Amino acid sequence: MAMANLEMAPVQRDMLAIFRRKRLTAISVPVVIFAYLTYIFIAFDVAGLASRARMDNVGVLLSDFWSYKTHVTRDNRSGDVSVAIEGENKGTYPAGKLPDWVSQSEGQTLIDLGQGHRVVFQGLRADYTLPDYGVIGLALAGGKVQLTTPDGAVPDWINASDTRVTVKTAQGRLSFTRSRTEVFRYQAGWELFFFTLDSPFHGKSITSLAAMALWGDRVDPLRSNLGYMVSEFWTNKMWRHGDVVWALFETVLMAFLGTMGAAIVALPLAFLAARNFTSFGVVRQAMRRVFDFVRGVDGLIWTIILSRAFGPGPMTGALAILVTDTGSFGKMFSEALENVDERQIEGVGSTGANSLQRARFGVFPQIIPILLSQVLYYLESNTRSATVIGAIVGGGIGLLLTQAIITQKDWEEVSYYIVLIILMVMAMDSLSGWLRSKLIGKRG
Amino acid sequence: MADMTAPMAPVDTIARAYLADVRRKRMYGGILLVLFIAMMASGFRLANERNAGGFWDGLPQIFDFPSEVVSEAWEKAALLPALFVKFSPSLIETVNIAAVSTMIGALLAVLLALVSTRGLARWPALIGLFRRAMDGMRAMPEIVIALVLIYILGGGPVPAMIAIAFHTAGALGKLFSEVAENADLKPVEGLSSVGAGWLQRMWLGVIPQVAPNWISYGLLRFEINIRASAILGFVGSGGIGYDLKLAMQWGQGRYDQVVAIFILLFATIVFFDQISGYLRNRLSKGQSNGHG
Repeated sequence: MAMANLEMAPVQRDMLAIFRRKRLTAISVPVVIFAYLTYIFIAFDVAGLASRARMDNVGVLLSDFWSYKTHVTRDNRSGDVSVAIEGENKGTYPAGKLPDWVSQSEGQTLIDLGQGHRVVFQGLRADYTLPDYGVIGLALAGGKVQLTTPDGAVPDWINASDTRVTVKTAQGRLSFTRSRTEVFRYQAGWELFFFTLDSPFHGKSITSLAAMALWGDRVDPLRSNLGYMVSEFWTNKMWRHGDVVWALFETVLMAFLGTMGAAIVALPLAFLAARNFTSFGVVRQAMRRVFDFVRGVDGLIWTIILSRAFGPGPMTGALAILVTDTGSFGKMFSEALENVDERQIEGVGSTGANSLQRARFGVFPQIIPILLSQVLYYLESNTRSATVIGAIVGGGIGLLLTQAIITQKDWEEVSYYIVLIILMVMAMDSLSGWLRSKLIGKRG
Repeated sequence: MADMTAPMAPVDTIARAYLADVRRKRMYGGILLVLFIAMMASGFRLANERNAGGFWDGLPQIFDFPSEVVSEAWEKAALLPALFVKFSPSLIETVNIAAVSTMIGALLAVLLALVSTRGLARWPALIGLFRRAMDGMRAMPEIVIALVLIYILGGGPVPAMIAIAFHTAGALGKLFSEVAENADLKPVEGLSSVGAGWLQRMWLGVIPQVAPNWISYGLLRFEINIRASAILGFVGSGGIGYDLKLAMQWGQGRYDQVVAIFILLFATIVFFDQISGYLRNRLSKGQSNGHG
C-alpha cells in the first residue's frame, strides 16, 4: 500500500496542478472580459447615453413606421387653408377635392379628427372640441396667442406661451402661432404608396381598379388603363418607386461587377503567388505582398481614392469592391492552388499536354468548385458592402437611405428602404445558394 | 436482363454517347460563358453611363489624388508622428468598437447557435424560428441599424457597436450552428444520463468540443469588424473613420492628416490580421494534434 501511494503521489500532484491551472483560467478569462467591458462602459460613456438618448425620436420613428400624418394648415396672414399629406407640396389635396373629414363653408373650416374630436377654424380663431373635456379656444388678439380652457387651468398636454400654443391629444395635434394654425391628423398606413393625389387612380378600391384595368373605359385614350396604372405607380412622386428599383439594381450591379471582376483579375495573379506554379520565389513573394497590401488598405480607403478619380456613381463602387476583393481572392485562390492534387496534373501531362492544357484539364476541374463557392459567398456579402459603399460614393440604395435619414422627417421612406434592402440581401443570399447547388452540387 | 446487356453494348455506341455527353456539357458551359460575358459587358456599360466620371476618363487620373496627398504629406513629414499620437485615441475607439461588438455578437451567437442546432436545441419546435431570426439579423446591413440608432442615441461609438454586434450575432450564429451540428453527441447523452440540465449539457458536453472552431471563426469576424467599424465611422460617427471624413471634407491643407489616418488604419488592419491569423493557425494545429 505504501509503495502504491508513493508511486501515485507525483501523478496526483501533476493532476492537481493541472486542475488548479484550469480553474485559474476558468476564473481569469471571465474576469478579464468583465474588466474590459467595464473599461468600455466608461470609455464609451454608456451611463451618459441614457441622458443623451432622445426617446421622443423613438416615438416619431415608431409612429412613422406604421402611420402617416395629414396637415391642415391655415395661413393666418392670407387666410388660405390647405390640406397636405406630410405637409409636402407633392401631397397637397387640390382645392375642392378635400378628404371627407375636412369640410369648408363660408370662411369656416371644420376638421373631424374622429372619436368626437373636432377642430373649427374661423377667422383668426381655432376651437378644439374634446368629448369629455370641453372646448379649447385659441385666438389671436393684439399679436398674442390667447388660450381659453373650460376650467381655466392648463393641463400638461397643452403647451402654451404668448407666441405658440400646442395641444396634443390621442387623436391629433393642434398648434397655433401668429403666422399659422395647423392641425395634424394621424392615420395608419403608408399613404399615396400606389398613386398620388393627382393620379386618376387615387382613392379607388382594389376591385374597382381591377375592373378598370380589365374592362373599364380608357382614362387616357392613348394607352390601356393597366399600362397607365403601371406608369403612374412607377413615377409616383411621393415614393419614387422607379428610382428606388433603379437604386436597388445599381447596388446589386456594383456587387456583381466588383465580385466577378475581382475573381477574373485575381485568378491569373493567384497562379503567380502559388508555390507549385511559380518557381521564382521573388515573384511569388512580391505577389503575396501585393495581395496583403490591397487587403490591408481596405475598402474604405480604396473607395475614397477611387471616387476622386472616377466621381460618384456605381462604377466607382464596383471598382472599390473589385480592388479590395482582388486581394482576398488572390490569397484564397493561391491557397486553393497550393492544395491541388499533383497526380491529376501529372496524369494529364503524361498524355503530352502543354502547360495551358495541363491547367485546363488538370488544375481547373479541381479548383473550380472551391473558387465558385467562395466567389458566390462574396457576391452575397458584397451586396451588403455595396449598400455602405453606395452611401460613400453616392450610388444605389445606400445613397437614398442616407439622404432619407439625414432629412430626419420621412421615416416611412426609411422603413420602406430598410425593408427593400433586407429583401434584396435575402434574395441575393438565396440566389447565391441556389447557384452554388446548381453549379457545383450540394456538398457537406 | 438489362444489367446483363449493358456491358455488352458495342464500344462505338458507348463512345458516341460519351462524346455526345461531352458536347452537351461543352455547349452548356459555352452558353453560360457567353451569358456571363454579356452580363459583365452590359453591366460595365450601364455602370459607366450612370457614373459621374467615365471609366476610361478616370483611369489616367487614378494616381492624381494619391500623388497629391502624398506630396503634401511629404512636405509635412515632420508633423506625422504628432498626428499619429493625435489620432491614436480614435483609432483605439475603432478597435474597441470592433472588439466589443465581436464579443457581444459572439455571446449572442453562441446562444442562437445552441437553440437552433438539431439534436441540441432547448426547444426543438422553435429551431426554424431562431434560424429565420438569424437570417434576418445577417441580412440587415450594419449601416441601416447604425444610422437609425444615431438618430435616437446621438453620435458616438455606441450606435456602431450595437449595429456591428447585431449583424455579427446573425453571421456567427449560422457558422457556430454548422460547427455544433458536427459535434459528437455522446458526451451530451452521457451528461443527460447522469441528470445534467440543458445548460450543463451544453457547457460541459458541447462547448469544449466546438470552442476551438468557434474562437477561430470569432477571430476571423474580428478582422472583418475592424474594417466595418472604420467604414461605419466614416458614414456615421465615432472612431477614426469620422476623423478621416472630417479631414477629407477639409480637403487640401489637411492631406497630412489623411495620410496619417491611412497609415494608422493600414497598420492596424495588418497588425490584427497577422495576430488573428497566427492564433487561428495555432488553434487549428492544436485541434489536429488533439485528434491525431
